[in-house]
Amino acid sequence: MSSKRTIAVTVNGTRYERKDVEVRLTLADFLRHELGLTGTHLGCEHGVCGACTILLDGKSARSCLLLAVQADGHKILTIEGIAPSADKMHPLQEAFRDNHGLQCGFCTPGMLTTLIEFLRDNPDPTEQEVRIAISGNLCRCTGYQGIVAAALDAAKRMRAAP
Amino acid sequence: MSATGIGAAVRRKEDLRFITGKGQYTDDISRPGETRAVFLRSPHAHAKIKRVDTKAAAAMPGVIAVLTGADLAQDKIGNLICGWMIHSKDGSPMKMAPHPAIAANKVCCVGDQVAVVIAETLAEGKDAAEKIKVDYEVLPAVVDAAKAQSAPAIHESAPKNTIYQWHLGDAKAVDAAIKSAKHVTRLDIVNNRLVPNAMEPRVAIAEYDSGTDNLTLWNTTQNPHVARLVISAFVGMAPEHKLRVIAPDVGGGFGSKIFIYPEEVVCLWAARLVGRPVKWTSDRSEAFVADAHGRDHITHAEMAFGEGGKITAIKVKTIANLGAYMSTFSSSVPTYLYATLLSGQYDIPAIYCEVDAVYTNTAPVDAYRGAGRPEATFVVERLVEVGAREEGMDPAELRRKNFIKTFPHQTPVIMNYDAGDYGASLKKALDLADVKGFDKRKRESERAGKLRGLGYSSYIEACGIAPSQAVGSLGCGVGLWESAEVRVNPTGSVEVLTGSHSHGQGHETTFAQLVSERLSIPIENVSVVHGDTDKVQFGMGTYGSRSGAVGMSAVVKALDKVEAKAKKVAAYMMEAAEGDIVFKDGKFTVAGTDKSVAWGDVTLNAYIAHKFAGSQLEPGLKEGAFYDPTNFTFPAGCHICEVEIDPETGNTEIVGWTAVDDFGTVVNPMIVEGQVHGGVAQGIGQALLESAIYNAEGQLVSGSFMDYTMPRAENLPSLKVDTTMTKCPSNPLGIKGCGEAGAIAAPAAVVNAITDAIGSEDLAMPATPPAVWAAIRKAAKMQKAA
Repeated sequence: MSSKRTIAVTVNGTRYERKDVEVRLTLADFLRHELGLTGTHLGCEHGVCGACTILLDGKSARSCLLLAVQADGHKILTIEGIAPSADKMHPLQEAFRDNHGLQCGFCTPGMLTTLIEFLRDNPDPTEQEVRIAISGNLCRCTGYQGIVAAALDAAKRMRAAP
Repeated sequence: MSATGIGAAVRRKEDLRFITGKGQYTDDISRPGETRAVFLRSPHAHAKIKRVDTKAAAAMPGVIAVLTGADLAQDKIGNLICGWMIHSKDGSPMKMAPHPAIAANKVCCVGDQVAVVIAETLAEGKDAAEKIKVDYEVLPAVVDAAKAQSAPAIHESAPKNTIYQWHLGDAKAVDAAIKSAKHVTRLDIVNNRLVPNAMEPRVAIAEYDSGTDNLTLWNTTQNPHVARLVISAFVGMAPEHKLRVIAPDVGGGFGSKIFIYPEEVVCLWAARLVGRPVKWTSDRSEAFVADAHGRDHITHAEMAFGEGGKITAIKVKTIANLGAYMSTFSSSVPTYLYATLLSGQYDIPAIYCEVDAVYTNTAPVDAYRGAGRPEATFVVERLVEVGAREEGMDPAELRRKNFIKTFPHQTPVIMNYDAGDYGASLKKALDLADVKGFDKRKRESERAGKLRGLGYSSYIEACGIAPSQAVGSLGCGVGLWESAEVRVNPTGSVEVLTGSHSHGQGHETTFAQLVSERLSIPIENVSVVHGDTDKVQFGMGTYGSRSGAVGMSAVVKALDKVEAKAKKVAAYMMEAAEGDIVFKDGKFTVAGTDKSVAWGDVTLNAYIAHKFAGSQLEPGLKEGAFYDPTNFTFPAGCHICEVEIDPETGNTEIVGWTAVDDFGTVVNPMIVEGQVHGGVAQGIGQALLESAIYNAEGQLVSGSFMDYTMPRAENLPSLKVDTTMTKCPSNPLGIKGCGEAGAIAAPAAVVNAITDAIGSEDLAMPATPPAVWAAIRKAAKMQKAA
């Protein structure tokens, strides 16, 4: 019924060696409960809401639909690791605060990770492109308007200071 | 206005932890020795439980206990209750059926708790739950609320599945007005059932300390003290002072986290039984069936018009589906939060409303953002719009003619509107939406083969709920005041302890703005504490857009007392008469002199107490207050929706949205605008996308995010949001509340716009592309036949 494997992952620049995990453990539960990185949230556990989105080798992925064993040997970035340093925030984080891009904050980690990838690939998006980019992420609080404004504002900030 | 005071768009303090992943939501908390609870839930909507065999499950690896409804009953754990008594027309009390936290004899909806496994890990708990054998005798399910009263009774105590048959208003006056009307508009309306779906699923963690006999519950709740009171006084889990309820960061509520749910009761009970902490985290599939749903009304409504479009009466008959059990405040939603708003913004001489509340084999229904007021607004604003169309009048003009123009205004349905200017919000909305240019835009759409429509919603709501005596006389089991304590520290920084609870609204910022302005201290020097019954005095929590109007009013009251005491301290410091002390810009001055002491000097002196004797003045600077509102507040406004529809696909695109709201005093315009955005998004969701659908067997077929359509960024427009302002005269800050307005206003505006575009009123929510497409086809066929 249950069996374990040993994995090694790099999360937010920290290398975790020889972690014994149950094969059925999701990556989300591994991050939250084994590594204590509770900034990654679970909103649906069926891959629809996007709250658990992390970056796996730089690409956005649903950590609720990945098993921890699938992350073996890979690099993961979570909400806890997106700020460039302890006293400096990522432009997206700043823009989210300045544009009221969050209310309860539960979907925010997934929004930020999704948008980091999106703005890297599309640094000068239109409003409609932003709306489509975050359409895999559900937010029940904001009606998305503040999030869209934050993404466009962040893109501007990142273009000005790449 | 100071840079961080009332009216300033201050950036939110709480954001710093949320954007860095440092929020502390309930599921982020782990307790040493924690076990996991997994519920076995009924797969049937209605069935007798003949036998529950837990033997095989109990023998599974990692299982600590398997508990059933029989165990719960044996331990005399009380039932869950509904806290608002409604009496039927004949004077009989509502029929509240027993609601055990785990079903013992029968299950009444899919998702009903049948047993719980307490296990070392979640996976082991799930494995074991699969081994529980339950013998069910499946009974026919009552699903359709319209047929519930002729179906076999679900609960013995509620014949004909009828909870109450309630009414409000003057039936005779209404019938007379309808009889003598120049025109009567009649509509059949279904207000679709919704699933609240806060993004954070519900969580409960219970811990028992056998040394002190104390129980602690970490819980995703909007009102920790109310949860503690009900779990203590009604469920009988523990004396109130032996139960601590903590609501840490909560990821959205929208009403669904007001209620006291079975799972938190079971976790508390189990934690004491097994002697270890017990944690339950809902997954989304559970949330769909185990969280209280919203809306679900079937209504026939009539509006009578006299000469010149004057509304003379409204008559409404509603069947409200309350689901399988009566949730905590379910009874009040289709009664005192609904029928009392049927006057809308209009001067209507006669109103009568009848409501039959019924049981069905579906999830319980209770308050969801707006709670009763969206349903009322939908009825009134659809009647007004359709009435205008039938009379050949401009819908804006018909509204203007009927607006209440003088205040206070007593409606025929209890409410006494204290202030408003409905014409002002309509006028501003008409300008912002460029209604004058609509005909031109419509012609352009026609040239592109599209249909274009415009819909209004001039909504009103009653918020801040509410004066305790008033709600008590209407059957509410609790008072609806709010509490605050202002603790000033020796160094002059301040902690505000509020009975309100923030689950996304930004209280840590807005409450601090109030204190920053009043005391002229930096906003960084103010902390807001909430959500812990051990820290905060009893409070009523957050719902009904009440935290500003009621919660902040309590803070104002406490600040008044703080200032009065601080003036006494300053008087001793400056050897002046207390009456001569003036507090302004953070300084205490002896009037008419240049003698002054700063805020920080006074706060320090209040605590070192060197300048006065204990017999003259108590040391310290900490004051509390309870504020009971003197009236409901009445936010109101006008939303205008413009749609473009592709008749080939039935797809509706919202091409314009204008919201002009009168919320009274606005504490933080950035936050208020965000509340409007979120509310409108939920209202558009109801109108276009969302619906909880049960099949004939009582299975929730829209039971996941794959089937239940939540609004996404690409479904929603950018809104034009503005305000008008009449101060609320009923509270010290003039606040009316803003949390629910969007969800109340939006559905009627959308449906009015779509029906305007397609030329047919025969359209139910959600107006999905197939529904709109079919309505267009049906209207065309009828036109041809005519």
